[in-house]
Amino acid sequence: MAEKTEIDDVTGVETTGHEWDGIKELNNPLPRWWLWTFYVCVIWSVLYWIVYPAWPTMTGYTKGIWGYSQRQAVKADLAAGKAAQAKFLTAIEASELDDIRGNPELMRFALAGGRTAFADNCAPCHGRGAEGTRGYPNLNDDDWLWGGSLSAIYETIRYGIRTTHDDTRLSDMPKFGADEILEPGQIKDAANFVLSLSGRPGDAASIARGKAVYADHCSTCHGEDGSGIAALGAPNLKDALWLFGSRQEDVETSIRTGRGGVMPHWDGRLDDTLIKQLTLFVHSLGGGQ
Amino acid sequence: MAEAHTREVAPGIERHDVAAVNAEQTRQLYASRQAIYPKRVKGDFRNLKWLVMALTLGVYYILPWIRWDRGANLPDQAFLIDFTNQRILFFGLEIWAQEFYYVTGLLVLASLLLFLVTALAGRVWCGYACPQTVWTDLMVAVERFWQGDRNARMRLDKSPWTFEKIWKKTLTHISWVVISIATGGVLVFYFRDAPTLLGEFLNFEAPTIAYLFLGIFTGTTYLLGGLAREQVCTYMCPWPRIQGALFDRDSLLVTYRQNRGEPRGPHKKGESWDDRGDCIDCKQCVVVCPMGIDIREGAQLECIQCALCIDACNGIMDKIGRPQNLITYDTYSNIEGDVDEVRSDLRLIRPRTILYSVLFLLVSLLMAYGLMSKSVLDVNVLRDRNPLYVLLSDGSVRNGYTIKILNKLYQTRMFRIEAEGLPDPVISVVGIEDADGKLIAVPSDDLRILRIYLKVPYSELDKLKSETTDFNFVVTDIRDNTRVRRGTNFRRQKP
Repeated sequence: MAEKTEIDDVTGVETTGHEWDGIKELNNPLPRWWLWTFYVCVIWSVLYWIVYPAWPTMTGYTKGIWGYSQRQAVKADLAAGKAAQAKFLTAIEASELDDIRGNPELMRFALAGGRTAFADNCAPCHGRGAEGTRGYPNLNDDDWLWGGSLSAIYETIRYGIRTTHDDTRLSDMPKFGADEILEPGQIKDAANFVLSLSGRPGDAASIARGKAVYADHCSTCHGEDGSGIAALGAPNLKDALWLFGSRQEDVETSIRTGRGGVMPHWDGRLDDTLIKQLTLFVHSLGGGQ
Repeated sequence: MAEAHTREVAPGIERHDVAAVNAEQTRQLYASRQAIYPKRVKGDFRNLKWLVMALTLGVYYILPWIRWDRGANLPDQAFLIDFTNQRILFFGLEIWAQEFYYVTGLLVLASLLLFLVTALAGRVWCGYACPQTVWTDLMVAVERFWQGDRNARMRLDKSPWTFEKIWKKTLTHISWVVISIATGGVLVFYFRDAPTLLGEFLNFEAPTIAYLFLGIFTGTTYLLGGLAREQVCTYMCPWPRIQGALFDRDSLLVTYRQNRGEPRGPHKKGESWDDRGDCIDCKQCVVVCPMGIDIREGAQLECIQCALCIDACNGIMDKIGRPQNLITYDTYSNIEGDVDEVRSDLRLIRPRTILYSVLFLLVSLLMAYGLMSKSVLDVNVLRDRNPLYVLLSDGSVRNGYTIKILNKLYQTRMFRIEAEGLPDPVISVVGIEDADGKLIAVPSDDLRILRIYLKVPYSELDKLKSETTDFNFVVTDIRDNTRVRRGTNFRRQKP
């Protein structure tokens, strides 16, 4: 408190005694509306403490008479979300993949669910846009190692490739060089021939020799004409897409050491309706057959 | 405003012992509101105010009931703010949420008009047309109907709580609440089909939000129009403070002609009018004022320029046989001119009013042009960002796009989608088999989102010299061949 009150000459109002650069603050009373708002806020806060969780105690906190809890609210929201999904999930569970595709409402739900599940589970290898990378197939294109139909994609996702699952997709490309099945020269010739299948120019004599090597060692799986056999996961060698690179040395390495990518099986980790949604999503990316 | 006694200031005219609520000596911090009992007044401006009240309230209450046929299954309310479908319907006009700038334009126009009117004739908006003024006027009229005019109301307020006071006050407040409910109720009708909503209200089946807003607007009408009245204008409304900047020396303002009125004082029958002013200090101007102020103090923040004091003073001037318009619409330059005995002509056309008028005209033209060229088709193209392109097994390159077609007409329209500026492009639409050359139907009043795959064949790929090639999607409405072009680009691997 100031020793004695000072009255401002101009306004006749008492000052607070505070002074900044010669400017003195008048001790005007607070406006009434402001005071009343303040009182209401005080009352409000007390009611709030009574109604809502507010004060920490030694063992927990005051729960409030309404028993509100954010965790409960989230739980209720999640349950409501699940309940809203239930109709669609039941329908997807009961329907064949082709039927879901023919039903715009179900399809919209399945694609949305598939997109999320893809980002959670598949994107680490196949990429956020399913664009793939070396060794991990691009799912947007029309080249499928194990088939691009709905049922083929479903089977691949569910049972995986070269996994421990009993029903896994399984095939093995021999290590023609490492296991000394072919001489290095033969490997080079075979690579030349394989590249010539997609119109790549090369030494004619080497290609001719490679053709014989191919017929003996490769055609069983990759087909007489090199167009691949989806049931064996044997890639088409005639197209423009190369999972492990299209340079001469890339192809030679593939023949020498063999290839065999692994994709985990999702059976038992994702439920069947989600695998169906994933299938439809992957199929919709533009390459589905 | 204690009224101890009245005395005669001129034959047959009593002086009211009253002080303006904003009189300097009565100003203090923490002053509670001084009750104002506006006295009934008759005259041209009062009649004008009744007319404006009838018009504005009439439009407000009747507008939601006007019907306008838009076709089957469409709302037939002439003016409807339709939140569900995100659009504003006004007779033949339809404003979608993404066209909300029309509403902005309308508000700009309203502001400019307000500036212009204020520059010309002061607070015309405040005095006649502002909802606060109109509803307060209505509430005061109701109060006068139940409790009588000024003196009766003051007596009633001072009297103890007799049965008479109780029923008069109760009926006043009941009437106010009824008016408030009607006001709040009608406002809600602007947002939902009025007959339907009225039925829902009567059967207590209306949506909760409707009751909520009915409650809010009932409450605010009762509170602001019935109880707070002039305090809203003086303390809550920012507009009076802005308007000070809009007047100038040539604006017509409600003014007391000081040089004609002063010196004021009572006048006895037969006395000469020489060497004195025409003002007999009867304070009629103060008692009729809904703001409770004294216009003779000059221009004041509180004055809403409703001109009721002009009516009151003219009545007195007629009685005492002096010329009318001691209080009148006049300009600052004339008030000063009066002193020098020089009156200047009214200058309605001056830089300020020309500027407002030109701006008003410009914005109007802009809006008119916008409304006339309003498109009934919206097309948006979004290109895929990941992957940017997809190499296909035959060596061709495919890009993905999302095209959104918004059909704003109430009929299904067929569209053809083509790509312009790419060599031999092949378009396929997801979900539509063999879409190349086929037509895409967009249902009436709906948005269709299409996934589009665009492929440039391997044989043509050499014609794309760089990684990115710009081209246009052309969406053609086959009904009238109107085209919409949207630019985007096509990406390929490094050539």
